[in-house]
Amino acid sequence: MSGESTYNPSNGFTKWMDSRLPILRLAHDSFIDYPTPKNLNYWWTFGGILTFCLVTQIITGIILAMHYTPHVDFAFNSVEHIMRNVNYGWLIRYIHANGASMFFLAVYIHIFRGLYYGSYKAPREVLWILGVIIYLLMMAAAFLGYVLPWGQMSLWGATVITNLFGAIPLIGENVAIWLWGGYSIDNPTLNRFFSLHYLIPFLIFGVVILHIWALHVPGNNNPVGISVKGKQDTVPFHPYYTVKDGFALTVFIILFAYFIFFAPNVLGHADNYIQANPLVTPAHIVPEWYLLPFYAILRAVPDKLGGVALMFGAILILFLLPWLDTSKVRSARYRPLFRQFYALLVLDCLLLGYLGAQPAEGIYIVLARIGTVYYFAHFLVVLPVLGIVEKPKAVPESISEPVLGAQPAE
Amino acid sequence: MADEQNSAGDETNRRDFLYLATGAFAAIGAANIAWPLIHQMNPDASVKALASIEVDLSAIETGQSITVTWRGKPVFIRRRTQGEIAEARTVADTDLPDPQNDAERVQKDEWLVMVGICTHLGCVPLGQAGDFNGWFCPCHGSHYDTSGRIRKGPAPKNLEIPSYEFVGDSRIKIG
Amino acid sequence: MMRFGIKAGLAAAIMAVGLSAAVSAPANAAGDAKHPAEMNWQFDGLFGTYDRNALRRGFQVYKEVCASCHSLNQIAFRNLSQEGGPEFSEAEVKAIAKEYLVEDGPDDYGDMFERDALPRDKFPSPYPNENAARAANGGAYPPDLSLITKARGGGADYIHALLSGYEEAPEGVEMRAGLYYNPYMAGGKIAMPVPLLEELVEYSDGTEATVEQMSMDVTHFLNWTAEPELEQRKRMGFMVLIYLSIFAGLMFFSMRKIWADLH
Repeated sequence: MSGESTYNPSNGFTKWMDSRLPILRLAHDSFIDYPTPKNLNYWWTFGGILTFCLVTQIITGIILAMHYTPHVDFAFNSVEHIMRNVNYGWLIRYIHANGASMFFLAVYIHIFRGLYYGSYKAPREVLWILGVIIYLLMMAAAFLGYVLPWGQMSLWGATVITNLFGAIPLIGENVAIWLWGGYSIDNPTLNRFFSLHYLIPFLIFGVVILHIWALHVPGNNNPVGISVKGKQDTVPFHPYYTVKDGFALTVFIILFAYFIFFAPNVLGHADNYIQANPLVTPAHIVPEWYLLPFYAILRAVPDKLGGVALMFGAILILFLLPWLDTSKVRSARYRPLFRQFYALLVLDCLLLGYLGAQPAEGIYIVLARIGTVYYFAHFLVVLPVLGIVEKPKAVPESISEPVLGAQPAE
Repeated sequence: MADEQNSAGDETNRRDFLYLATGAFAAIGAANIAWPLIHQMNPDASVKALASIEVDLSAIETGQSITVTWRGKPVFIRRRTQGEIAEARTVADTDLPDPQNDAERVQKDEWLVMVGICTHLGCVPLGQAGDFNGWFCPCHGSHYDTSGRIRKGPAPKNLEIPSYEFVGDSRIKIG
Repeated sequence: MMRFGIKAGLAAAIMAVGLSAAVSAPANAAGDAKHPAEMNWQFDGLFGTYDRNALRRGFQVYKEVCASCHSLNQIAFRNLSQEGGPEFSEAEVKAIAKEYLVEDGPDDYGDMFERDALPRDKFPSPYPNENAARAANGGAYPPDLSLITKARGGGADYIHALLSGYEEAPEGVEMRAGLYYNPYMAGGKIAMPVPLLEELVEYSDGTEATVEQMSMDVTHFLNWTAEPELEQRKRMGFMVLIYLSIFAGLMFFSMRKIWADLH
């Protein structure tokens, strides 16, 4: 919570620095003495994990850029050069490729934590919106990055997605040509995708700073969804949560390391080890796993423009969430009916993800349509109605006394 | 009382040891992560493969020079005439801005192997030119003799002799 | 405190992996292709390594059988002597390279010329370009083999099954000229004629060159060309996992100590 700073510079240098640029004070107040609810569970460790993922991707990405050549005649071979010749090149490449998957795994857990515990509700609406912006930027960065190795999936996945812009009425074809820098995906496209892929992580970094700032104004939410009442409800961020986050991060890295060292290609697609060929289309064009649910929604709609609209709509609807959920109770712990629909949403997203990888025909299309309808219905119908008709369980008075209070929450 | 104090002390020691061990382990991990990130900038395997080249000397006649590229730089290989060798041997140290014996600069008298980069500002000198029957750098007028030593002009040092070895009678490996 | 947390987190991670495993249905995915038998390669698993002798035999098969049509353009001769591979000696590598001609130039007259390959050169391609390759093979392009075990969803199992699995076309299936029946190929029809026949190669180490043996050996070799770093990667991975497990333990107990005074 934004309160009085407790920073006390102890030596000559820190006093000198504090009076000129109080950055040490800022670091102390934000990450050392910062009062954090004492009841946070492991779902709250993913913010720290995500920061680790971002830094890892930036460092490994900058190193890869030292050895990569963004030209259609050289890109594929430059990646193989990294894998075979550059000292530890294979390691840095595998960290970066699998790091993208880990980044999305963490962000989905982080988002679903927010959905479950009502972290998007007042006064954290802007925090939530900044998060959705980060998610959009992540998807853009990942899409651009996947094109760079210039494999078959790089080329054809990019072809499918950029062709979607052609669906925009009136100006669509010109927009597509403008994006491509030509009449199809070719060298101008690859070059500019490299530039933008390098840029976006730094935009993400900036929005992350705003995201943490927006968090620190009201303070963290917590599993019971009840606001902090006083000092008795909090502990200083360091050492309680620095060490807990560190532990959670270490476990996360164990999973990450397993992929890097023992299954570095299982999350990817074999076709991307074939050099891009504009004259040969792969049998099944699929994006990386973390984009599959949106791909399923896109292909569920028979109309091209409609598919594009719903695909983007599925993300844009998240911006409206704080106002769509009408319940006065934050945490799903006290919302038994909401929990059931939440479980349905989770299953729905997993189903859509699975369907995104299947051919767009037969039973798969039927299920994708059902899944898409449920997704939108969940946000546009279920959440608004639930807040009104649901009878939540009695909510505790405070964090420190999780004994049920006399009056149930309104 | 003393027992409680002792166990409290033990408790502190155990806790401190745990934190110390954790911190030390973290530091080991950090160092192990840092090394690949630094080492990746060192020459990669394909660059190192070009770090040595072998040159076949059998086609070079007496009085003939060739230039090969080694590590991105020109290397002059000259099969010197007896006259050139004699010239190189009869120079007083006082005439040499960078005194060095011709015998120290060659492994076999006939074969002069030098990096063809002027030690002044890096231009490539012209062969069989200049006042000393050796090389002449047109950029700022440095003159090198038949041993590739600087005689006149702004260059401070003799033309560099790279490390090389004979692998067979008419083959050298440079680098 | 930890009730819902860690288990569900692990479940989520496992679901993500499971989802992606369902997703990895790439290059040989046409539903009716026969599923390759699961092999136990020496390079599989946490402690996988390459069998040097298999790599050398496999290289011999590539050289004598496959190289007439298939390039290996990511591999340089010097790779044959590096650690974790067939580990030929430097002298052997020089000798192998010398058997090949590569283009170099231009010379002082402006002409390109051919010279003996050196260790630093890559394996030359049997055809000057893709068009020439297609023209010589009835319109089909024999793919480069450097990455083939990573470029096919079934990996080494699939490559081995394909090479050793040619059959007579079943009743009623018509094969036009230039196509051959292989149940492991998506669609059943492949432009490559049977590549391996009994005793096609005479192994220098005396091993009997059955079709099965040659297929295993060349697949073993091709897995190395695709993943030369495999041995170092798995060794490092094992050390990393041990380190992280210990470190996780230390962090866990530190965390417990720190949180102990809270009640």
